[in-house]
Amino acid sequence: MEFLGILSFLIFFLIQASFFSLTSIGLNIQWGFTGLFNVGIAGFFAVGAYTSGIMTGPRYAETWFGGFGLPVPLGFLAALIVTAIVATLIGYITLRLREDFLAISTFGIAVSIQLVANNLDELTRGPEGLYSLPKPLSELSESPLVDNALYLLICVAVIGLVYWAFERILRSPWGRVLRAIREDEHAAMAMGKNVFLFRLQAFVLGSATMGLAGALYANFIGFISPTDFLPIFTIQIFVMVIVGGSGNNLGAIVGSVVMWAVWSASDSLIAAVVSPDFQTQAAAARIVLIGLILVLMLLYRPQGLLPEKHVVSAAGRMKLKGED
Amino acid sequence: MQFIADGILNASLIALGALGLSMTYNVLRFANFAQGEVLAIGAYFALGAVTVIGAGVGVMGPIKFGWPLLVSIPIAIVCTSIVVLMVDYLVFRPLRNSNASRITLIMAAFGLSLMGRNLIHLFAGGDPKYFSFYIPKAIEIMPGVKMVPDDLAIIALSAIAVVSLHLFLKRTNMGRMMRAVSENPTLARINGIDLKMIIRMTWIIGTALAVTAGTLQGHIFQAKAEMGFDMLLPMFAALILGGVGNLYGTVLGALVIGLAESFAVYFDLSAYRAAVSFMIMLAVLLVRPQGLLGERE
Amino acid sequence: MTPINQHKVNNPNNKILEVHNLVAGYIPNLNILHGCSIHVCVGEIVTILGPNGAGKSTLIKAIAGLLNVVEGHIELQGKNITGMETHRLVREGLGYVPQTENVFAKLSVAENLELGAIHHRDTMAETREKLYDLFPDLARFRNLHAGKLSGGQRQMVAVGRALMASPSLLMLDEPSAGLSPKLTQVVFQQLLKIRDSGVTILMVEQNAKAGLQISDRGYVLAEGVDRVTGDAQSLLHNPEVGELYMGGHGKSTMENVVTATTEVSEPSNGGDSA
Repeated sequence: MEFLGILSFLIFFLIQASFFSLTSIGLNIQWGFTGLFNVGIAGFFAVGAYTSGIMTGPRYAETWFGGFGLPVPLGFLAALIVTAIVATLIGYITLRLREDFLAISTFGIAVSIQLVANNLDELTRGPEGLYSLPKPLSELSESPLVDNALYLLICVAVIGLVYWAFERILRSPWGRVLRAIREDEHAAMAMGKNVFLFRLQAFVLGSATMGLAGALYANFIGFISPTDFLPIFTIQIFVMVIVGGSGNNLGAIVGSVVMWAVWSASDSLIAAVVSPDFQTQAAAARIVLIGLILVLMLLYRPQGLLPEKHVVSAAGRMKLKGED
Repeated sequence: MQFIADGILNASLIALGALGLSMTYNVLRFANFAQGEVLAIGAYFALGAVTVIGAGVGVMGPIKFGWPLLVSIPIAIVCTSIVVLMVDYLVFRPLRNSNASRITLIMAAFGLSLMGRNLIHLFAGGDPKYFSFYIPKAIEIMPGVKMVPDDLAIIALSAIAVVSLHLFLKRTNMGRMMRAVSENPTLARINGIDLKMIIRMTWIIGTALAVTAGTLQGHIFQAKAEMGFDMLLPMFAALILGGVGNLYGTVLGALVIGLAESFAVYFDLSAYRAAVSFMIMLAVLLVRPQGLLGERE
Repeated sequence: MTPINQHKVNNPNNKILEVHNLVAGYIPNLNILHGCSIHVCVGEIVTILGPNGAGKSTLIKAIAGLLNVVEGHIELQGKNITGMETHRLVREGLGYVPQTENVFAKLSVAENLELGAIHHRDTMAETREKLYDLFPDLARFRNLHAGKLSGGQRQMVAVGRALMASPSLLMLDEPSAGLSPKLTQVVFQQLLKIRDSGVTILMVEQNAKAGLQISDRGYVLAEGVDRVTGDAQSLLHNPEVGELYMGGHGKSTMENVVTATTEVSEPSNGGDSA
């Protein structure tokens, strides 16, 4: 019993870590490889989660637009497509402009999606959220342990597939152009590369991956509501990518598992140690800590724990301006 | 007509905050995502000061906020500036010195923003706090348009702050130095301008504007940890709409955003207030990325 | 052409600037200057020449405190200014006109000049009047945004801005860059006037011939080291200089090289043609 308990906890933990891992890989292609700053991760994750929820969920309310009861893989596909469309719109408008406009706009999209999730009852059911979402392969077994184990397999398969695909394309000429853009946009432009188009592709690819992660999350938990997609999620993903080493997909996965372990452990620790009267304060303190870790990483170890393999020389990073 | 009056009140708060954002954006050259928390922390300091002085004392005629609120603003500015300068010293200064990219600065600000909100939760609790519990009595300023005297005073205060900022930047030596730094920091140094001093001044002025906005907003509505974070999108929208770097543009942008928001409330879309400013912002970026009064880069 | 070198200034005991064995660069471990030494005496015009990448601008930037000095030292009027922050050097009497982006384009000409004098508020009005006498155009354009001016006019504003701090030593990075040969002569004549008003001048110049014509002395840099020095006339005829310019090939003097590589034309006193 004891062993089964640990095993089921471990499986549950790894499933959750895989949502973060997948999102981190998505951020990595934007931030790590292309230097795009997306502050709206929670928003893209939410779009994917809600899309899959609307597509696959049972129609339990008359006033609800969704509840099409489609097979889960179709829900995942829809999540990919819808997130890609949203990302294309945002990227098309902002990626030509100064980099901070992308940050502000992705922040805006995350806030707006929060508002839609909270208020547009016809689509998102408001604060009540979506529930009874189907979990794939769960009809195969009665045991929740087996259920989860199967779901973990799905997650691992998806991550494996995405990881393999990303590693391939990042090693291709396309990926080299991305890194060239990150290091020196003007040089890439001088090489005749359409910088905007490359950026847009990277941004859409990364955001769609986040959407897929959201869909995986929604159909595992079976219940989503607006509070699942707060700005803290965005920061968590950034911390995971930076801890893992931006520009390194394996690092993104390792960072996600490690940071999720730290997060879960601190959760249990607070529950065990802090008296119930101070639980809210402890929760706030923990969020402060996550912010602090981010800032400290930026200050003292910006290259992360597992730095990118092909590091460009310091001379390459600096622009030699004004020399005669 | 009523929504125009409400919109102007709203706009005056957005303008104050956005001007603060604009100062840091121009001189320090990054979008300070923690500006909302500067506003919120300022409001809480002011709340503390008002509580110590005694709420409700010193009522000035029809204006209910009285001198304690006016006194609390400078106190809060000083306290918040100390916090902000410490954060700059510990976080932004080392990042600047290591030639960190603009995105790194924004990310640090985003992390600090999260910390700021939760520190307020930690120390002041999650419940909204009220500056006072009086029932405002609206007066009719025009046929069909009613406003609370306090709100009129707040609009006037904001206008004074905007005009003072304008005079400061245009007429004083310090203001001219700030404009010089915002255009070309290296040339400014060559001219003998101490960048560190200008950066400190910029933080202080940006903080002063944000704290004023936060305190007035807290007085009209309430103080809560998310008050500044919720203002971030309207502030950025005003900044971009007006044209980054153009102070008049920022005020104009704030006016448009403020009116649009109260328009949304008027049509019973108050839930989507923040999205309204986002939509306007996207439209501007699509059609005229340099903003209404901005110059093309 | 007769060099303008009439007054006796080259007194080595009266050095205003001394740079000794300077090692510096933009990035750690990638130095561009490898032990460069120069000096400037009071009242001189000294030109730094050299092929592309020789480290001419780097030298000026290092003196101006814009780069980290790895080794060596810099003395201005007998005071060690090595590693001193850029903004403090104005008060030590150093003026510097960068090659590009040397005016505040969004500010008016008058505001540009005022910014030059932030540490000399008390004498500002007086200096400004002198400057307006020297450059009547500055007075004429004072209310225009500097960004609206032509290249030559901007150069004038940039020089005027630096003069507002009443520098003892004025450093210019390629004052003729982007100017027509005609305009180059105008700017150089103005530099002579400025020197005659008591300001020592150190400049980097691509246009070697035009630069040396108004100079007392010159240095030729190559690969981050000062290779040849001498009075302006001798440099023009020194075959070694030509070799440095041509990368060690050919036996041409500066005179030939200059005619081959620059677009010097007949000097004239024409007005602002830009």
